[in-house]
Amino acid sequence: MAELVVDALVENLNQVLAFTEEQLDLFGCSMKFAMKIQIAVEEIYVNIAHYAYGNETGKASVLMEHLPDISSVRITFKDSGTPYNPLAHEDPDITLEAEKRSIGGLGILMVKKTMDKVEYEFKDGQNCLTITTTI
Amino acid sequence: MDIKKALDGENLTISLTGRLDTLTSPELEKELQESLSGVKNLVFDFADLEYISSAGLRVLLSAHKQMFNNGNMVVKNINETVSEVFEVTGFSDVLNIE
Repeated sequence: MAELVVDALVENLNQVLAFTEEQLDLFGCSMKFAMKIQIAVEEIYVNIAHYAYGNETGKASVLMEHLPDISSVRITFKDSGTPYNPLAHEDPDITLEAEKRSIGGLGILMVKKTMDKVEYEFKDGQNCLTITTTI
Repeated sequence: MDIKKALDGENLTISLTGRLDTLTSPELEKELQESLSGVKNLVFDFADLEYISSAGLRVLLSAHKQMFNNGNMVVKNINETVSEVFEVTGFSDVLNIE
């Protein structure tokens, strides 16, 4: 188990992705799954960086756990910003023609569709979003 | 991310190497703003593109909308990761993928 805590800023994305990649390597994750997981991590982290603290700066933590019994990884994101459940929103319509499409909500939709499990809870004053997926 | 452009008359090919993510997408957006004038056929060659996130999708959608009325846009040589992103977001139905 390893944890990274950073200021929740978009410019720290590469640090978060480097940490994720390093841990996935240690867990013996294949390149194919690693890419998919990194995309999910980016979408979740960038959402926190953009919205959790408004104009203030706060912390975001990323906790990575290997679950060898089920060949999976569990990643938990925590922030102490505005309570926000990204899973409570309706999915965007992905059947619209290009002209009518917008990009809002696509990131979290990608996370939901590519990860095995995505859970949200607000606990001890923190947003906790957990993804679990096969590696 | 590395962006290579090859302009041949009204045909522009843009080849990307690396990751089209939140941090790199603005570079592509800027390149497109500067390059699309007079272009009728836009080709994205993604042979060396490792990965794309929703920030990259936003730039592609914007280019697609811009080209829709004036010409044609094609995305080619996508890898498995990029293909899956296009599938789950419905972009595979919108973009012309070769």
